Parts: sequence; structure tokens; C-alpha cells
Amino acid sequence: MVRPTASEGQQGLDKAPTGIAGLDEITNGGLPQGRISLVSGGPGSGKTLLAMEFLVRGAREYGDPGVFMAFEETGEELVENTASLGFDLQQLVDEGKILLDFVFIERTEFEETGEFDLEGLFVRLNHAIDSVGAKRVVLDTIETLFAGLPNEAIVRAELRRLFRWLKTKGVTAVITGERGHDKITRYGLEEYVSDCVIVLDHRIVEQISTRRIRVAKYRGTEHGTNEYPFVISEDGMVVTPITSLRLEHQAPTEHVSTGVDGLDAMLNGRGFYRSSTVMVTGTAGAGKSIFAASFAQAACERGERCVYFAFEEAPAQIIRNMRSVGIDLQPYIDKGLLRIIASRPMMHGLETHLANIHKSIEDLKPEVAVMDPITNFSSVGGTWQVTALLSRLIDYFKMNEITALFTSLTEAGGPLDTSEVGVSSLMDTWVLLSNVEDNGVRTRYIRVLKSRGMAHSSESREFTLTDSGVEIRENLQEGGGAR
Amino acid sequence: MNDTPEKTSAEDDDKEWILRLYVAGQTPKSLRAYKNLKKIAEEHLAGKYRIELIDLLENPKLAKGDQIVAIPTLVRQLPEPMRKIIGDLSNTERVLVGLDLKPVE
Repeated sequence: MVRPTASEGQQGLDKAPTGIAGLDEITNGGLPQGRISLVSGGPGSGKTLLAMEFLVRGAREYGDPGVFMAFEETGEELVENTASLGFDLQQLVDEGKILLDFVFIERTEFEETGEFDLEGLFVRLNHAIDSVGAKRVVLDTIETLFAGLPNEAIVRAELRRLFRWLKTKGVTAVITGERGHDKITRYGLEEYVSDCVIVLDHRIVEQISTRRIRVAKYRGTEHGTNEYPFVISEDGMVVTPITSLRLEHQAPTEHVSTGVDGLDAMLNGRGFYRSSTVMVTGTAGAGKSIFAASFAQAACERGERCVYFAFEEAPAQIIRNMRSVGIDLQPYIDKGLLRIIASRPMMHGLETHLANIHKSIEDLKPEVAVMDPITNFSSVGGTWQVTALLSRLIDYFKMNEITALFTSLTEAGGPLDTSEVGVSSLMDTWVLLSNVEDNGVRTRYIRVLKSRGMAHSSESREFTLTDSGVEIRENLQEGGGAR
Repeated sequence: MNDTPEKTSAEDDDKEWILRLYVAGQTPKSLRAYKNLKKIAEEHLAGKYRIELIDLLENPKLAKGDQIVAIPTLVRQLPEPMRKIIGDLSNTERVLVGLDLKPVE
């Protein structure tokens, strides 16, 4: 899937971190330092934003002053467009950490009367770099020069010279280019930029807008080669999901309670492993949300924080329903330990959901997360997309050492151990709930289908919902109940 | 063939011409541009022009202020409207058109 294995540490190639969430992961540390990266994409694909964020974060988070040379927008437009994204560009400009230079070229102004060069641009850029001590430079979109100046051969030769010169200046540069029909950029800039090429794409699939980013080339470094979805959030660009390229999650041996004594008992008497990923599947009304709520409650009882992502019910409804089985979630919400975040899957595209989840996790930094239910995402994306989303989400939870419980609906009459969203192989523990009707009596069963790395009971046990939560009966005879 | 030729700026006799030539150091191209400009001005604007030579290496700020990218760039500051011409000015024909000293044919 999405994990090119990366070797430990990159020897000899320094990186300039972009600070953009997720981008540094897929580039294994950032853009090549002291070199030139090309960012290409169609109109509105986000290339100016990426370039600006690289600069703003560079100035703010890494102390690297920067120069932004705009060939398309005016300085005022730039400040405006990025202020809406939470960067206070103007402040950085005022503090002398970022210098904006707007190059205005109008073809009609120019009458070519003989040989020329772009020394004026060199002088201008050089002066800009020196006056703020820039370590990062953006040229956005330099291809405008081709349209603005009369002699393409001269412009080409001069751009080549410009790129060579930028390297001798030791700055890390980002140049943006408009996507061409059969080329990465319309004027083939990629021929001159051999170090790093990033391609952005913006498409609308089934009325849901999706942005993607791909590292097309990165000399001398390993990088993720897939297309990664990204969103433009209020804090800038977020390449989602924040996938770790390495399978280096800790494998803690500590246990956390499931919140149901009987289920703890089935899991080696101790519950789930901390940082593991749990799926609870079952038909409608099987009690999935109750297990989810019990798990959340147990976490809060331990004094841990929990985020409960509800994709079907409103928070008030969940709280009311859970009270009927003796689980009162309200006190934990009041104490700030529990946050229920409800949203309809159809409300956003998958990437936006991911960005929102990511943001909530960053905000609350919970030990425990619940996603109830994940099945509904199938309505927003294709199976493959949903699987990819979940696998990256699982990675993200593990990286943050969050124990996560997902619920998933199985169709009545379908095979019980087939989860609609085919991610069961990614789960560490899989709990199956079922209802069996016999002579008008409905009996509930629970079974642990798998639980990695621990001895667990594999038998079906009967359980009931009481006004003090779930009660699981022991020792139903082996082989009985649902399969 | 054209009975009423369009008036060109040159025919507004009393106006002063300010021609600003931007260069970056004393390169052969710059020197050539200056020589060509001097010659054209003497021929067409004798007695009513002023050439300002601006070396961006000495005054790098002006590259931004005056929106200079290509070198050499000749800017007709006056009479208005402002006009920009790039190159070493060796194509006299084009220089004259660019400065509006000769109507486009």
C-alpha cells in the first residue's frame, strides 16, 4: 500500500523542513536544502499556497528569512489570500523576515530592439535576498516570463543561468509552474530543475473536491511515491493522512480496560493493548455503540482523555441513549475529558474528514479515540478510498499512541465476519456482536474473532444490556451460539 | 500613400524627452545600447532630450521600484505615456517605433 520502506537517516543530503503537516513525512524531511524544487499544478491547485507556506513556516518556525517573488499576484493580493489561511504574512513582512517582490511584466510594454538578458531580475533578486538575509526563496510563477518577454531562447538560457546562480547563493528555492498538457510544466521547466519535483492536482470526483500531491522526483532521497490527498485548512495545507512511512510504532505491553468486565475477561483478563486498534462489528442494534461508550467511559474513569467521533447520532442523542444502560457520559464532558464530535459523513469529502479528525486529535491530545461507525464513509468514497483512509487513520492513531475503537455495521443476513469496510486485517482486535432470534427470544452474543499478541477466548458468550451496562455471561458451551 | 500621417510624439516640438537607460555594470551590451541610444537621439531629438543612465549594480533598489527585469531597458519617462523598450537598441527601426518617433507601418 502506502509504505515505501525508508532506510534510517539520509546521509549527505540536508533538508529544509517545510513545516507543512504531512509534506515533510512524504519527502522524508523536507525540500532539498540549498537546491531548487519545482512545484507544478493547474490553476487553483494550491501551488502558490504551498510555496508561501514553505516560506512563512520557514520564517516563523525555523528562523529562515525568505523572499517571495510573485510574477502573477500583487503583494497585497498575496497578503490577503494567505491571511485567510491563518498566516500573518503582513506581520512577518513588517518584521523584515519576509520580503515580497512583485514583478510586473506586460508584453505590450516591450519592444525588443536587440540582444538583452535578465540581469535586472538577477540584481533584483540578489538585492532582495541580501536585504533580509534570505535562506528560502520562492519564484511564483516564473513561467510568466515566457509570455511577457519576446525572445523564448533568451528567456530559457537566462532561467538556466538563474537556477545555477540560485544554487551558488545557497538558498533553498521553490519555483512554481503551470501544469502543461503532456509535460509537468507548460514550458518544460522540469528540465532545469533536477532535484525535486512536486506535482499538485485538483479534481472533482462525484461532486467532492479532492486535492492530491505527489512527489514526482526527488534526487538522492527516498520518498513516498503515491498520490497523497491534501486539504487546504484554516491553518494552511495539510497533507492527509499523516502517514508514517515506517512501521515503527511502539508495541506497548500495557493493557487498558474495555470498560466491560466480561470482555476484559475474554481478553486475557486485562483488556485491549494500549495503542492498539479495535474493531467492533455487528448488525443494527447489536450494541456496538454501547461497547464504544463503555470503552470511552473507562478511559475517562482512569483520568484519560477521549475523543468520540460520532457519524450517525448527535451528541445529545448518544448521551441520552447511553444513560438508559447506565452509562452517564455528561460528567466527563463537563470535566473536559470527553469530547463528542458529531458530523455527517456526507458533509465533506474523505480528506476533509481526515483533516478534521487530525485537528481534533491535535487539540485534545487524547489517549483514546472512538469512531462510531466507520461504515457510513462508504457513502462518501469508493471502497478502496475508504480502506486507504482508515489504514492511514490507524497509522496516525498508533503514531500518537492512541487506543482506538472503531465500530462497523454488518448487513443483517450477510456473513457475520465480513465487515463492510474491508479493513479487518488492519485491526489488532476484532470483536463481533450478534443477535440470534430463537422462538421469539432474542439472544445477544459476543465473540473475539482475533486479538493479536494475546491469549484470548475464542468462544461465543451471551451478553445482556442492563441498566448498569453490558453483562457478559461466562462459559457458554463451546460451539454454541452464532458463528 | 498616407495623406494625413498620424502625428508622432516627435512632432510636439517643444516637449522635453527624458530617456532613462537601465544597465547592470559596464557590459558590452550596455555600452552598445548607450551608443545606439545617443546616436538615435541626436538624429531625431537633437536639443530636446536628456539621457539618464542608471546602473542597477550601484542602485539595486531601482530594479524593484521601476519594474526592471531585462537589461538593457530603455524607458521613455517623458513625454507621457511611459514606454519600455528592451535590448541593446541595435535595431534602429524598432527603437523608433518603440519610442513612438515613427508610426507603425
